[in-house]
Order: sequence, then C-alpha cells, then structure tokens
Amino acid sequence: MFEISMDVQNLIPMFVAVPLGMSLLVQLVARRRRVMAELLTMLSLLILTLMSCYTIGSSGIYHLGGWPTPIGIDMRLDALATLLLMTVNIVGFAVSVYSVDYMRRYSARSHFYSLFLLMVTGMNGVILAGDLFNLYVFLEVAAIASYSLVAFGCAHEELEASFKYIVLGSLSSVLILIGVALVYGITGTLNMTHIATRIAETGMDAPLLLAFGLFIVGFSFKSALVPFHAWLPDAHPSAPAPVSAMLSGVLVKAIGVYVLARLVFNVFGVMDTELGLLRWLGLLSMVVGGLLAVGQSDIKRLFAYSSISQLGVMVLGLGLGTPLGIVGALYHLVNHAMFKSLLFLNAGAVEYATGTRDLDKLGGLNRMLPVTGATSLIGSMSIAGVPPFNGFWSKLIIVLACVESGHYGFALATVLVSIVTLAYQLKVQRKAFFATLPEALANLRREPLMMALAMILLAVGCIALSFVALSGLRDPWLIGAAQQVLTSGVFGK
Amino acid sequence: MIYSLCLLLILVGLYGVVVSRQTLKIVVSLLIMNHGVHLLLLLIGYREGGGPPIVDPGSVITEFANGAVDPLPQALVLTSIVIGLGVLALMVALCVRLYERYGTFDVTEIRRLRG
Repeated sequence: MFEISMDVQNLIPMFVAVPLGMSLLVQLVARRRRVMAELLTMLSLLILTLMSCYTIGSSGIYHLGGWPTPIGIDMRLDALATLLLMTVNIVGFAVSVYSVDYMRRYSARSHFYSLFLLMVTGMNGVILAGDLFNLYVFLEVAAIASYSLVAFGCAHEELEASFKYIVLGSLSSVLILIGVALVYGITGTLNMTHIATRIAETGMDAPLLLAFGLFIVGFSFKSALVPFHAWLPDAHPSAPAPVSAMLSGVLVKAIGVYVLARLVFNVFGVMDTELGLLRWLGLLSMVVGGLLAVGQSDIKRLFAYSSISQLGVMVLGLGLGTPLGIVGALYHLVNHAMFKSLLFLNAGAVEYATGTRDLDKLGGLNRMLPVTGATSLIGSMSIAGVPPFNGFWSKLIIVLACVESGHYGFALATVLVSIVTLAYQLKVQRKAFFATLPEALANLRREPLMMALAMILLAVGCIALSFVALSGLRDPWLIGAAQQVLTSGVFGK
Repeated sequence: MIYSLCLLLILVGLYGVVVSRQTLKIVVSLLIMNHGVHLLLLLIGYREGGGPPIVDPGSVITEFANGAVDPLPQALVLTSIVIGLGVLALMVALCVRLYERYGTFDVTEIRRLRG
C-alpha cells in the first residue's frame, strides 16, 4: 500500500508541479477525447484547492533539489501565501467549471485549458517564490499565458487588445528585470530573506532606491494602477469571459498587488515615503477608475474600470501601513477576487445568451436568466459595499483604518468612491436585469447548468466571506495571520 | 563607462517603443531593450581579467573563487533569453494575425477599441 506522507513541506512544490504537469497532459489526452481536457482541468484545480486549504496554519521553506539556501532555489510558504493560494485556486476552480459550457463555441479548446493551467502555474509560483529571479520567471509564465488567452478568439478587438497588453507587459517586465539586476549587483544575493537582512543592516542607498522605484513602476503596470492602467480596460473585456474573470479576479492581484506588498513590507522594509507613494497611487486609481466606469455602456469594460478602482482601494489600505489597514486591504483583495470574477462570469453568461454586451440593448434579463440575475445582484451589492455583504466590511475596515491613522481625506475619498461604485452597479442592474425585455431578446434560453453552478459557487463564496468579518472586525480569520506576516517586518526576524 | 552603454541601449529601445508606428518595429525595439538588460546583468557578474567559472579537479577552491567571474548572472541571462524568445514568438505571431485582420502594420490604423 501507499504510504501517504502529508508533510506540508513536500506539498509546496506540488502547487507548481500539478498544474504544469496537467497542462502538458491535457495536450496529450485531448487529441483522443475532448472531454478529458475539461475533466482534467477541473480535477487539478480541485486538488489545488484542497491542497491550499490543507496548508492553513502551517509554514515552511522547500529547498528545490535538496540544495541548501544560498546555493539552491527556495520556495516559501507562509500565512500570506496560503491566503493568496486559496483565493487563486478557488476562483480558478469555479472558472474551470464555468468554462465547460462557455468555451463550447470556441475551437481548439484543449489549448485553452493548457494555457489556463499554465497561468495558474505562474500565479502559484509567484506566490511561493522565495527569490526575486524565480518570482520574475513565474511572473513571465503567468503573463505569457495571459497574453495568449486574451487573444484567444483571434478577432479584431482581441488581437489589438493583446498586442497592447503584450507591449506594455514586456516593458514592465524589462523594468522589473533591471530592478532584479540592480538588487543582485548591490546585495550579491537574490534570496528575498538575505536581501531583507542585508538591507536592514545597511539601509537604503541610492541604487537600491532606484531598484525599488523600478519595482514599484513595474508592478504598478502589472496591477494596473493609474497612471499605468492603459492596457487593462482593453485586455480584460476582450478576453473570453472565464479569462476576464481570472485576469481581473486574481491575476492582477497575484502578480501585482501581492508582490508589491511583499516587496514593500517584507523585503525593502517600510519607510513612510514609500507608503505615501502607495497611498497616492491607490487614491488616484480608485477615483479615476471609478469615474471612468460610470460612463461605460459595455458591461465588461465597465467592470474592468471598476477593477482599477477597487485595486486602488486595496493599495490605499496597504499604503496606510497600520495593521488595521493591511487587514482591510487583504480582506478586500479576497472579497474582490470573489465578486469581480462572479461579475465577469455574469457578464459572460449575458453575452452567451444574448450575443451582446451593450447595456443599451439589454433589459429585463431577470426573467430569462434567473441564476445570472440573482448572483449578479449579490455580486453588485457586495462590490458596492451594501451591508451585510462582504464588500461592506472590507471597505469599512479600510475607512476605519484611514480615520485611525489620521488620514481623514483618504477616508472621505473611499466613502465617495464607494457611492460612485454603487451608482454604476445600479446602472448595470437596472439596464441589464430589471428594465423591460427588448423584443429582440424575447426567446432566450436559460444559462447552461455548469455556468449556473460556477456562478452559484462564487456567490456562496461572497456570502460566506461576509461572515468572516463577524468573528472579529479587527482580526478576521486567516487574514489576521497574513497581516502579521506583513507587519512583522523584514523576513527572517 | 560601459554601464552607460547598457543604459544607452535600453533607452534606444524605449525610444523605439514610444515613437514607432509599425508593430514589427515596436517588437524589435522591445528586443533591443531586453538585450540591454541582459548586457547589464552580464556586466554585474563580470570581473576584470576574470577566468571562466569552471572548476578544475586540481584547483584550490578559494583561489578559484577569487579568480573567476560570477556565473550566476550568466545563468539568469540564459533563462531570460529563453523567456524573451517565447515572448518574441508570441508577439510576432500577433503581428501576423493583426496584419491578416487589419491589412496593416500601422498601429495608428489598428484602433477599434476606445473609451
């Protein structure tokens, strides 16, 4: 019989190995049996979800190939990584369930599933990477997969959006690579723990500041903070709906916001000037993104601008630097992953049924698409911050944190942006789901079963997350542990 | 001095990305930028008069460590070149597909997305 060793240490590399292996396996088996690609993808995401739940409360370092730290490559698991892994893989699982029905109208579906699994590989790798260069490599794996997924339909808009995305993405990757080179030249190591101790000893000098600036700009590109957001409103709406859900829901956070938080708090050590930079970037993104979202009539483009705005809220929370602010930011990150992917899946279901994303041509869909209508109401109310849904609690925590640390202006701005969010979400609800059904859409079919299941799963996730806050507003379950990782300062202390 | 040449190469690439109107020229500019960074990485590991980082069976390890160039950046550059190749292939494929759809390489004519 098998001796099943459930040592968490040995589980760490599996987060990268499972999706990577599966993405190759999908290509091999899908030639014979089409349905195997779908099954394998769902299965691997389910395994990854269970594995990420299993890592709750544990931490560890895995040495690849058994080489000790200065020579070999490290993979590091801690509470923050667990939180991100759970988010990525749960959303990934829901999206893979959704894709079964949604992707039927595309050809070359097995390629879609392979690229999708590669994207998950990249994100898991970024979250677990223990040194800067492997972080860069995994980031590129996720990014290349996402470039090609955006272009998946090969229509005019998709290709154009993908080209814009790939040019800006490569540009930011170059900046990040220069940063990595500078850090290696100055500190003589790439391991994040060693860099952190070295910087804590010697302090920041001018070349390190330059590297830090390059990282901030590079990862702001990746997380689409204003003024580095130009690619997102094109790339996210053009992609197929499951991909939009992954991009907006988790990719910008796993390779953008998460890395920013890790670098600012755990590697470079907190300084007030850099936190101020994050606060202003956050403020700018949430205001500009929110205002631009109001004027959109394409549902997915509206949601894309709304993503920019909500990412701003998260970065503002991180920029406060207080434990409460970081709890709010991480809580909002998880919440946003749930409701934004839900909303993109809803938009996809609407497009699947009606063939259009234009709000002016839609109406009265509640009657024809009951599951989409109900779940999108939950998603909209969550993102708009209507109590008692999850978005309300996370925004409340961030506003309280602003007030607590004396930033009254930022608190006011967050509340105002929240009202703007409510305005454009109500616009979507009214125009798409509540008004009278246009003649052209009189005989629609209901959403397919798997799509409905995926949307229900994410809606239940939103509601479940609402209860997390009830266990204690200051220190929600799981998120508190992740916050301690960030506030405990540099690695290895 | 030689570091400033790297910077020059990166800036030439950046200029090309910003100014070019043709998709393929943008791709080549990104390539130039990328190789500027690769050169920077190699220079960081370079040591004046350093030997190749290969250990002979008879050599003393401390002597070797003092005399050889740093091999790590070379490994990084190799990885980065492979990644760059993947991105390059994808970008060129996108350019070809864009040409099929729009009939042009001019980015000012490839603009259906707005808002």
